[in-house]
Amino acid sequence: MAETYRYWITFQTILTKEILRFSRIWVQTILPSVITTTLYFVIFGRLIGERIGEMDGVAYLEFIVPGLALMSVITNAYSNVVSSFYSSKFSRYIEELLVSPAPNWVILAGYVAGGAARGMVVGVAVMVVAMLFTDIEVHSYGVTLLVFLMTAVLFALGGFINAVYANSFDDISIIPTFVLTPLTYLGGVFYSIELLPEFWQGVSMANPVLYMVNAFRYGLLGISDIPLGVAFAMIAAFIVALAAYSLHLLRRGIGIKN
Amino acid sequence: MLALDVQQLTKTYKGGFQALKGIDLTVEEGDFFALLGPNGAGKSTFIGILSSLVNKSSGRVSVFGHDLDRDPERVKSCIGLVPQEFNFNLFLPVFEVVLNQAGYYGIPRREAKVRAERYLRQLDLWDRRDTEMRRLSGGLKRRLMIARALVHQPRLLILDEPTAGVDIEIRRSMWSFLRELNAEGTTIILTTHYLEEAESLCRNIAIIQHGELVERSTMGALLGKLHTETFVLNLKGQVSELPELGGFVLQHLDDCTLEVEMNRDHTINGLFEALSRNGIEVISLRNKQNRLERLFLDMVERRPADEGV
Ligand SMILES: Nc1ncnc2c1ncn2[C@@H]1O[C@H](COP(=O)(O)OP(=O)(O)OP(=O)(O)O)[C@@H](O)[C@H]1O
Ligand SMILES: [Mg+2]
Repeated sequence: MAETYRYWITFQTILTKEILRFSRIWVQTILPSVITTTLYFVIFGRLIGERIGEMDGVAYLEFIVPGLALMSVITNAYSNVVSSFYSSKFSRYIEELLVSPAPNWVILAGYVAGGAARGMVVGVAVMVVAMLFTDIEVHSYGVTLLVFLMTAVLFALGGFINAVYANSFDDISIIPTFVLTPLTYLGGVFYSIELLPEFWQGVSMANPVLYMVNAFRYGLLGISDIPLGVAFAMIAAFIVALAAYSLHLLRRGIGIKN
Repeated sequence: MLALDVQQLTKTYKGGFQALKGIDLTVEEGDFFALLGPNGAGKSTFIGILSSLVNKSSGRVSVFGHDLDRDPERVKSCIGLVPQEFNFNLFLPVFEVVLNQAGYYGIPRREAKVRAERYLRQLDLWDRRDTEMRRLSGGLKRRLMIARALVHQPRLLILDEPTAGVDIEIRRSMWSFLRELNAEGTTIILTTHYLEEAESLCRNIAIIQHGELVERSTMGALLGKLHTETFVLNLKGQVSELPELGGFVLQHLDDCTLEVEMNRDHTINGLFEALSRNGIEVISLRNKQNRLERLFLDMVERRPADEGV
């Protein structure tokens, strides 16, 4: 009991510290995604979208809203954890946590919650902008929020693993550039995978982003390329796998202990 | 009760360098303990293992009866660490650094604020509580590390060169602070390269070199091993001819300054009498070297380096 309370305080401390961190520098952390997605809406949605017409039975602009919102959740959740945790390694103040009796899972939960918080804040901001451009009526708030949250958690975990392995500030941009961006662009943000040849449809199934985008699109618009249950099961499976791996890294002290 | 019980502790770093080669060491509860050794001896490695920053290769560590492998959380709760290198988030204000540390130990916010204020006041940092870390001078950062290490009220405080680069005034205020803390019951382990600091603060002492324990005794017993002491005398007037004094070896440093090496079975009274008889008047006298420094150098020199450091 006393122990649970102690863990709760530790978790709160890490989470508050993380939220303060990204709020203090909101011009670097919150604003860029909002500006970028606004540009996407204007260019792809309005200007080019009008020529494309409909996709999966909805206007192109509406089709890309879920993907764009999710893209900003992904990048923000990821980069929050990767830069915060890497900085704490680089300047060695991770030692403040390592000498304390905080168990690894509490440390992980604190950082992941911090990243997820930033992902959610930016995601909501982007959705607000989207509402200005479209008149989407949300199909299911429950599904929408759940996908938001699970996506944020999954990529916050990804950011954590990246930070553990990173040995320089360059290392923290390699994964976002070479893995994250391709995954999101190929995850059906801008197109329905039904447009792809069968072989590439199969390949796309290995991409976790595909499940999120589709589940999210279902939450907002009520349409999806993938059955909802399958999408949630896949996201949950990815979360469990990455969390287990992160805990393994922390237990071994990889990248943080000699 | 033993505050610290370490058995056969070894550490081999990645790349194969063996920094600790089987250390056995105990420290009693309530002790003020000096851990000395030349650069690269393995002091920080040893301390890193105790405080869970470095993984040991083999051996056993127990802190107030809690085993480091079986009950790491208990061990960590007992220890407060002041590390050798600064490890701060430079963009946080002083107060928040201490509050966060308290939070990591699971101390509720309200209690954390009370304690943070108490220790920041005691270490003369309260006026700087809103200053960002990167604007603090080195000496203030060192003091803040002490405040941060105390916020969970550890039973064992480990300080790795807490006074490195600290001016004499702050150093003395740190000394009296640590003495008081120890008097109130906190066990303290201290490493330092200022041997007069160890001599004046610590009751027991261990010296490690090349990852091995080479000395473990009380400060008194260790200083008792010193067979000769050397003093420097400032004289009134010049002395050109040095008299022969039995039991004392005299040497000119310049016309008005003498160096005297004396055996432990002679006294300073005897020295002064002999000098007076020879018409030599002394204005002042000082130890040529700190006594512990002498011993330390003797001990470290007797053991040639077995590998480059
Ligand atoms: N991460 C590391 N990897 C490899 N070798 C290391 C590492 N850290 C320390 N060492 C080596 O281990 C030895 C002991 O280092 P340690 O820092 O424990 O010495 P120390 O007694 O604290 O020295 P100082 O008085 O200079 O602080 C040194 O030879 C050092 O080079
Ligand atoms: Mg050291």
